[in-house]
Amino acid sequence: MTNLEQFRQETRDWLDENCPASMRQPVKSDKDQCWGGRNWQFTNDDQRVWLERMAERGWTVPQWPTEYGGGGLSQAEAKILKQEMARIHARRPLDSFGIDMLGPALLKFASEEQKQRFIPPIIRGEIRWCQGYSEPNAGSDLASLQARADDKGDHYLINGSKVWTSYADKSDWIFCLVRTDFEAPKHQGISFLLFDMASPGITTHPIKLISGFSPFCETFFENVEVPKENLIGDINKGWNIAKYLLTHEREMIGGFGLLRAGVTTLGQQAVAAIGTRDERLADDGLRSDITAFEIDEMAFAATVERVVDEAKAGQGTGAASSLIKLYGTELNKTRYELLMSLGGSDALFWGNDEDTTVSKDWLRSKGNSIEGGTSEIQLNIIAKRILGLPS
Amino acid sequence: MALILNEEQQMLRDSAKSFITESSPVSSLRERRDRGEEWSPELWQGMAEMGWAGMVIPEAYGGLEFGYVGAGLVMEECGRVLASSPLLSSSFVSASLIASLGSDEQKETLLPAIASGASIVSLAVNETDRFDPTVTALTAQQDGDEFVLNGTKRHVLDGKIANTFIVAAKTAGNADETRLFVVADDAPGITVEASRNADTRLVTSMQFDGVRVAAENLLGDAGATWPALERALDIGAVLSAAELSGLAQEAFERTLEYLKERKQFGVPVGSFQALQHRAAQLFCELELCKSAILKAGQAIDEDLPERSRLASMAKAKTAKTAKLAVNEAVQMFCGIGMTDEFDIGFFMKRAAAACQEFGDYYYHADRFARLGGY
Ligand SMILES: Cc1cc2nc3c(=O)[nH]c(=O)nc-3n(C[C@H](O)[C@H](O)[C@H](O)COP(=O)(O)OP(=O)(O)OC[C@H]3O[C@@H](n4cnc5c(N)ncnc54)[C@H](O)[C@@H]3O)c2cc1C
Repeated sequence: MTNLEQFRQETRDWLDENCPASMRQPVKSDKDQCWGGRNWQFTNDDQRVWLERMAERGWTVPQWPTEYGGGGLSQAEAKILKQEMARIHARRPLDSFGIDMLGPALLKFASEEQKQRFIPPIIRGEIRWCQGYSEPNAGSDLASLQARADDKGDHYLINGSKVWTSYADKSDWIFCLVRTDFEAPKHQGISFLLFDMASPGITTHPIKLISGFSPFCETFFENVEVPKENLIGDINKGWNIAKYLLTHEREMIGGFGLLRAGVTTLGQQAVAAIGTRDERLADDGLRSDITAFEIDEMAFAATVERVVDEAKAGQGTGAASSLIKLYGTELNKTRYELLMSLGGSDALFWGNDEDTTVSKDWLRSKGNSIEGGTSEIQLNIIAKRILGLPS
Repeated sequence: MALILNEEQQMLRDSAKSFITESSPVSSLRERRDRGEEWSPELWQGMAEMGWAGMVIPEAYGGLEFGYVGAGLVMEECGRVLASSPLLSSSFVSASLIASLGSDEQKETLLPAIASGASIVSLAVNETDRFDPTVTALTAQQDGDEFVLNGTKRHVLDGKIANTFIVAAKTAGNADETRLFVVADDAPGITVEASRNADTRLVTSMQFDGVRVAAENLLGDAGATWPALERALDIGAVLSAAELSGLAQEAFERTLEYLKERKQFGVPVGSFQALQHRAAQLFCELELCKSAILKAGQAIDEDLPERSRLASMAKAKTAKTAKLAVNEAVQMFCGIGMTDEFDIGFFMKRAAAACQEFGDYYYHADRFARLGGY
């Protein structure tokens, strides 16, 4: 047996023993996701146990270095872990902006002391993070942001506001872009700060989405004091960190375009809903649209796989995050349009405010091609950075 | 298995690229067209010397046994320069069929000759206007230790230059049973009719009038025939997708260059966001095609159960994307793109033809859906 085969066997055995049965059910609603954090209330004991067991091995972040509590797996091992988890339909033990966005940026840009301080609680799901990027007047043109941090000797003083801050009201800490130089060109006066959302001077107001839920907020800072050691990287050099973080965010959001483990394909769902005629889905038009979708879905999944494998082999372009963000989010929107179509009027069912329904998911999916940079912005990035088209 | 090219495959791609751009530039297609020639025996000779004609043939029969991912890389490079050769029909599709179904003797006589390029073996399966291998009306009536073939075949690839055909027939008495026969091109009763297509290649229709074939020329057992044929056609679909992918990438790269050069309103037309976004979208589609073809190629090499669905996915996706690529190319080259003097039109014509070979978007989309249970 090769090392990898042995790793697969051991992983399979370990998962078999340690992944609770209820954690092998497809994620059906927000409640099934575990976000962790100081105030997290586990939906049930299985959710807690599953997080603890995975975190202990560092498998909430299989490839992060072991010195901060990560799994330290090679790319090939991480792929096997993913396959083995998918095989038993195991849920992700922890959904976290700390993992998908902040962590990679810390690993690359933070000081050793900062890594020791901030990374282990991310891995264990103890601190929940939110992202303070967008402002009322800084959306796609993010670098025009105006929230300010003034140097007060031993601390920074933060004033201004953020908007669309996902889970700001539920998060423990924020990674935040602030302007520290008002004279410099806009990209060169931005700094990357971390601070506790419990600091005096911070208020959040939830904003209701078209889907009825309120996952994001307006966030206001009034004379918030932030210790200087919470600055990541150099002063006024935050833009590079911000962009690097966005590439990770985009890959995560683009992943919505993948068929989730344990979920039946759209074609099979359509057969269950509509039935067949001459061994084909009984609605010809819907059938051809679902077919086109599934072909793209499968080709996209292969592309995500290839991008990961290329990165490991050092072959990739490194500019794939925009492609994945663009394609994955547009696919996910198409998926929900088709789900709505195959459900007909039934799919419009709304239910009580807290119910998760297809109609609410459908509406939420519209945000995928906006959050993390719009589809149009991704097309701009591809055109300019990858294709080299002129401005 | 990682979804990337290994070192050997990368080297193969590089050597394929340099050989084919040197020996078969697009200008040579124009010259041949103007002279009314369909193909280039010298190019074929060169390909055989490169080992391409034996790429998927077992070493025991004079091949390289390099696998189908590798064959796809060669087809991709051929697609980039619109090179015409019997690689796909003879060396890849027919050879795979013979390797999986043939008796030792059949393999011994047929495969080394294919591998050396001396023999061109073409698959005569299709009978319909639009590709559909499930329809077989051509009959094979047993008469002692011979079979008598009657019927027609259509759109036979390289039919004019092949010296041997693998012909699908229904054996009488068992109407559902498709069998394959190895038939020499000079067997009495065969007429081959060729006509020129938009892409300058010849397409052939074949008429079989009482063609007598010895029973020993049956290829494979009854039970093994359809699965092997299906596999060979999957191979044809994936490799035809690889050709289209190369063609589409080249058309796209040429277009991109033009967008950077051509100026209107005092600026390069590539600075217009309306064109930038279309180019960026097309880039994404092309990347998906590359992944799809690699995935399907690996599935053939590893004999995975999802091979057929992946093959149809790859061909459907690439056929659709290649059409988009050539249509965008002509629109963005604009006036000059409409002229015969300019090469981009060749890409459009070849794309249309290659889309049909081994099944177009609609054929494979339908098959993909059926294999997916809907
Ligand atoms: C569900 C959701 C969650 C979010 N979570 C967060 C979060 O946690 N933290 C955070 O900081 N932000 C968050 N955002 C904000 C998100 O990043 C912004 O909405 C996004 O960057 C776009 O900004 P905007 O809404 O101001 O749109 P605008 O920038 O005003 O765009 C309006 C339209 O113009 C187009 N446009 C703009 N510029 C160009 C251009 N150069 N070329 C072509 N078209 C252009 C856009 O594509 C769009 O169609 C979230 C958004 C959503 C929907």
